[in-house]
Amino acid sequence: MKTVYKRPKLLKEAHFHYCPGCGHGIVNRLLMEVIEEMDLQESAICVAPAGCGMLLYNYFEIDVLESAHGRGAAVATGIKRARPQSLVFSYQGDGDLAAIGTAEGFHAANRGENISVIFVNNGVYGMTGGQMAPTTLLDQVTTTTPEGRDPVLAGHPVRICEVFSKLDGATYLERVAVNKPAAVKKTKKAIAKAFQRQLDGLGFSLVEILAPCPTNWKMGSIESCQWIDEVMCKEFPLGVVKEVRGGDRPRAEAPGGAATGKGASCS
Amino acid sequence: MKRLMSGNAALGEAAVLSGCTCYFGYPITPQNELTEYMARRMATSGGVFIQSESEIAAINMVLGASVTGARAMTSSSSPGISLKQEGISYLAADELPAVIVNMARGGPGMGNISPAQSDYFQATRGGGHGDYKTIVLAPGSVQELTEIVPLAFDLADKYRNPVIILGDGMLGQMMEPVDFDNLQRPPDYEKDYTLTGAKERPARKIHSLIFDTKLQEEHNWKLFRKFRLMEQNEVRYETYLTDDAEMIVIAYGFGARIAKGAIKRLRQENLKVGMIRPVTLWPFPAKALRDMAKTVNDFFVFEMSTGQMVEDVKLSLEGRGHVHFYGRPGGVVPMPIELSRIIARHYIQAQAGGRRRKR
Repeated sequence: MKTVYKRPKLLKEAHFHYCPGCGHGIVNRLLMEVIEEMDLQESAICVAPAGCGMLLYNYFEIDVLESAHGRGAAVATGIKRARPQSLVFSYQGDGDLAAIGTAEGFHAANRGENISVIFVNNGVYGMTGGQMAPTTLLDQVTTTTPEGRDPVLAGHPVRICEVFSKLDGATYLERVAVNKPAAVKKTKKAIAKAFQRQLDGLGFSLVEILAPCPTNWKMGSIESCQWIDEVMCKEFPLGVVKEVRGGDRPRAEAPGGAATGKGASCS
Repeated sequence: MKRLMSGNAALGEAAVLSGCTCYFGYPITPQNELTEYMARRMATSGGVFIQSESEIAAINMVLGASVTGARAMTSSSSPGISLKQEGISYLAADELPAVIVNMARGGPGMGNISPAQSDYFQATRGGGHGDYKTIVLAPGSVQELTEIVPLAFDLADKYRNPVIILGDGMLGQMMEPVDFDNLQRPPDYEKDYTLTGAKERPARKIHSLIFDTKLQEEHNWKLFRKFRLMEQNEVRYETYLTDDAEMIVIAYGFGARIAKGAIKRLRQENLKVGMIRPVTLWPFPAKALRDMAKTVNDFFVFEMSTGQMVEDVKLSLEGRGHVHFYGRPGGVVPMPIELSRIIARHYIQAQAGGRRRKR
């Protein structure tokens, strides 16, 4: 009988602390699947965020360093420059990357750091109780936009992929989602591609993942998944936002250089 | 062989010779010569240099490099050091070694770019949030700076804790003859905590989030015990003409050099003034001061601030002596003759009041 699904060995036998219907659990599992299938567990180093994803070191059977809120891309830069042979990625939420840590992410992208950023966008600050995030949609109700997000008072949703796409150092930016099986498969491919590009020394890659947060959206799990398709994707269109072979210099001279790894493709 | 170098450049060279392979920094006066030196030097030594987008990014790059086992350093001046405090707190919590240089300037706020000693509290009280300390080394000359740097890297590795080198704009920017002939690269420590990929060992995690308050408390006490070891083993200070002294000047860093000039003048006038110069501002040489108070009644603190170390002097003496203070904040650097006149007035008043050496 053909095995169609099994728990990745790199995902620890632990219960996720995530709320029912949350997207983080899927992203966590996908990351471990990809690292296992690409045989990268011996070189992978993950930088964990502050926010709902911060406890992922309890689930990952790979080396993990917790970063201060927003500093993931800077910490990953330090690790990668000191250890170019490692696969280095940061895991960051929308508040983390699109608000408090925008400078660190933006400049890591601009330098073409040979790292990958896994950016989970669920449009709210989850762990702190559902406040407005930089990616909260207009008119979306949160605990700090009780009448809905008003652009005059609170600005507009931040589209990180589109902003970073203007930077020559960013070479692969894709927006995906984890709200239905086909989307989850695409997300896995995007993560694998980002990691492969890092192994090939192609520079900064970022995968933005639209993820449901039923608890703070005050919706059911299925309704949340539908809302991503029907509403969230209008503001944050899915697809490859940028993919180029390299920036403005030969990638062999890229920061961190080409990483070593077996680099089996994962598709 | 002696070379004429600025303190900033000499510090950079000493860092490379001490095994520093990763430097991250952001421009700020008066420490730019160090960042510029590292940009050139790391290119030739094969090390890592990044001009970061901010002080915050720089200290977090240090954290990332440190976790791989590399000797990592960043530098800045007062306002930039404030920005680094977040990262220094995380380094202390994660028990990761790093060397952070502060070539201090006048403050608060933007202040100016002249030498000052007003970051003493920030440096010696941890500086960021939470219960922690950093070793603070305060060299007084460019040559001493080159001796302090390998020590700083060694102490950072030995205790797995950030170490601060606290200088000032004068020390960083003045040029003095310096040699590196006796600089010994500190030994490499067995590092069983580094993140290098889970190869032939279980996966590791390094984090300072400890939800369980009992575990957080134990972590705090564990750090505390480490800090107490530092207090027992790492106090460093210099004494100058203390044997017959009626009055002891306490000054550090460049301030101590000014004080030494003042004391030389006072000795010519037969005023028996000596000096204790703390080299480690934390841990502070409290016992040395208390011991001195067995024979001396008068302690004169000179700082280029409105008075910060003077509090540690009072805490150390626990009422055992009279504490005098003279401060010049805001980037003003007094001449030795000015300081000698102030000290002389305090000295003569103390003697007139009948205070003498106790034995």
